[in-house]
Amino acid sequence: MPQNEHIELHRKRHGYRLDHHERKRKKESREAHERSHKARKLIGLKAKLYHKQRHAEKIQMKKTIKMHEQRKTKQKNDDKTPEGAVPAYLLDREGQSRAKVLSNMIKQKRKEKAGKWEVPLPKVRAQGETEVLKVIKTGKRQKKAWKRMVTKVCFVGDGFTRKPPKYERFIRPMGLRFKKAHVTHPELKATFCLPILGVKKNPSSPLYTALGVITKGTVVEVNVSELGLVTQGGKVIWGKYAQVTNNPENDGCINAVLLV
Amino acid sequence: TAAEMKEVSRLRDVERLLIQFQDEEGEVLGSPFDVPLDITPDKLQLVCNALLQKEEPVPLAFFVRGEAEVVSSLGSCVKALGVETEQVLPVVYQPQAVFRVRAVARCTSTLQGHTEAVISTAFSPTGKYLASGSGDTTVRFWDLTTETPHHTARGHTHWVLSIAWSPDGKKLASGCKNILKSSLNPECRYLASSSKDGAIRIWDTVLGRCEKILTGHIQSVTCVKWGGDGLLYTSSQDRTVKVWRAKDGVQCRTLQGHAHWVNTLALSTDYVLRTGAFEPATATINPQDLTGSLEELKEKALQRYNKVRGSAPERLVSGSDDFTLFLWNPAEEKKPLARLTGHSALVNEVLFSPDTRLLASASFDKSIKIWDGRTGKYLMSLRGHVASVYQVAWSADSRLLVSGSSDSTLKVWDVKTGKLNMDLPGHADEVYAVDWSPDGQRVASGGKDKCLRIWRR
Repeated sequence: MPQNEHIELHRKRHGYRLDHHERKRKKESREAHERSHKARKLIGLKAKLYHKQRHAEKIQMKKTIKMHEQRKTKQKNDDKTPEGAVPAYLLDREGQSRAKVLSNMIKQKRKEKAGKWEVPLPKVRAQGETEVLKVIKTGKRQKKAWKRMVTKVCFVGDGFTRKPPKYERFIRPMGLRFKKAHVTHPELKATFCLPILGVKKNPSSPLYTALGVITKGTVVEVNVSELGLVTQGGKVIWGKYAQVTNNPENDGCINAVLLV
Repeated sequence: TAAEMKEVSRLRDVERLLIQFQDEEGEVLGSPFDVPLDITPDKLQLVCNALLQKEEPVPLAFFVRGEAEVVSSLGSCVKALGVETEQVLPVVYQPQAVFRVRAVARCTSTLQGHTEAVISTAFSPTGKYLASGSGDTTVRFWDLTTETPHHTARGHTHWVLSIAWSPDGKKLASGCKNILKSSLNPECRYLASSSKDGAIRIWDTVLGRCEKILTGHIQSVTCVKWGGDGLLYTSSQDRTVKVWRAKDGVQCRTLQGHAHWVNTLALSTDYVLRTGAFEPATATINPQDLTGSLEELKEKALQRYNKVRGSAPERLVSGSDDFTLFLWNPAEEKKPLARLTGHSALVNEVLFSPDTRLLASASFDKSIKIWDGRTGKYLMSLRGHVASVYQVAWSADSRLLVSGSSDSTLKVWDVKTGKLNMDLPGHADEVYAVDWSPDGQRVASGGKDKCLRIWRR
């Protein structure tokens, strides 16, 4: 390929060869023969590469031909009835309160019976004590090091009262205490801000569960009464488990996914 | 004796009151007479039945001055109202249904067979047959004695949105895709179908062709009802309700007033027109077909219709997306009789009770409200559902109401007390259609979980 415009310049100054156009035409018409010769005679790696490329080209060509054909013949609309049958009064409405829809209770009951809990994040990085708890030095000479401060987000219940400061070993700072979590329903893809009822299990250590530390992968119980879920026995569900999916201490909020 | 003297003196201490019995239309019964203030409704019933001189005593309900019901004793009612005891007090008596429908309590069967959500269900006018339409484009008939499938009708190409029985129980009309509602006229010959494109078509079922096309609505027609007086009522998403003459299809009136789509209509004589010549009081355990020649059936149906309607013209109620209902007198006036407000979300269905005294409205705000069928006054709210209430159905004696909701449960309510009678969970997903059979024995409900459930006592 020319790196500059000298070919074009020459053409402008001197014009084309007298037989240029004819030669060009004939060369182009020979292309089909040359291509088929190549396809037949190539061997080895070159052949593989060439055939692969040619295959892709052929598929593309067939698709465009089919498209053109479809345009020519007008076809009747597909006779299949669409999914999602709704009664007449719901026809023009989008699932209004689709976010408050009932989840399938039979599946739920079966899972409960099996006692298996499929969690969205099965494996989470275990967090060591040095990461979660920070040593606080106290005493006249700041030598005593028996106090620890939690550096991750935690949940304390409603009626929580601190122990007398002289005796409390674990400090949970107020700035890191959260009451609400942003819970996503995995099937409906809708997120709600629901109050936390308690920490069920922290995968790193039972100590953290007892303290109420919330890290990525912790299973938390949330208050779902605003979703309007009902069991098959007719009772209203007001608490469900959710698993935390982000690192709350970095983001400043707790994002969780509901375990249905 | 001393005891008798005590009795007499005790009687003298109780105040007495002059009352005059009146029926609902205002006609007086007998002359005013004296009753003690602590008289109970049972004793009042005895007295009234004696005055009415019927062969069998009829259960009655009493309303002081037509407003407050006498529940425990006349005295408490009078005190609550603050009425003067010097004048003659009019007491309106209302005959209640002689038969009593028992609340349904258990699900006797789950009828599977539909491969898509069940969208509409309807019992035949005698309660002998059950038909259900679904999203899988079939209409299935179910045998109620064995609670098994009877027949599957194929032919539709889209979801079967509406099904309607003819009042003689012989024909079923079903509409799909754009046909939102269909209903057969009381003489069982003509079928009116409402459509999404704003037109109403009247078909002749005998000749099998379209007789008339009524245009006038600008947007989709949501509901169409045949009246007993030769009028046809239609409601549409263009916020109007139109009244047409059934004979020649001429538009009589346009009732305007709603601020949003009009979703549903209810006529006071709906139940009577639906059941035709079948009298729920004469129902037997095994439902029978209607017997008799066409003339006899017509006569019976007309008699029942006149009895329920009384001397007042038919009333129409329309429920809309603007959270309110309007009570109309469509045969006479353009202006509504009353505007019924109180719901906090759109009203999905309105239904008159079979005796036309009460009106139930089901709404997406999870509550059902009961209103007076004559004046439109608000009576009570039935709360209990945790999601939108989709459909309601009255029992044939007007004492019970069943409601199906998006929270997958059905609830049976006692309208006299306003309390929940029975909670019927069992559906796995939203309940789309509910119907109570006219003989009061069964309730059928169909929903998104593709099952049709039958509930009995």
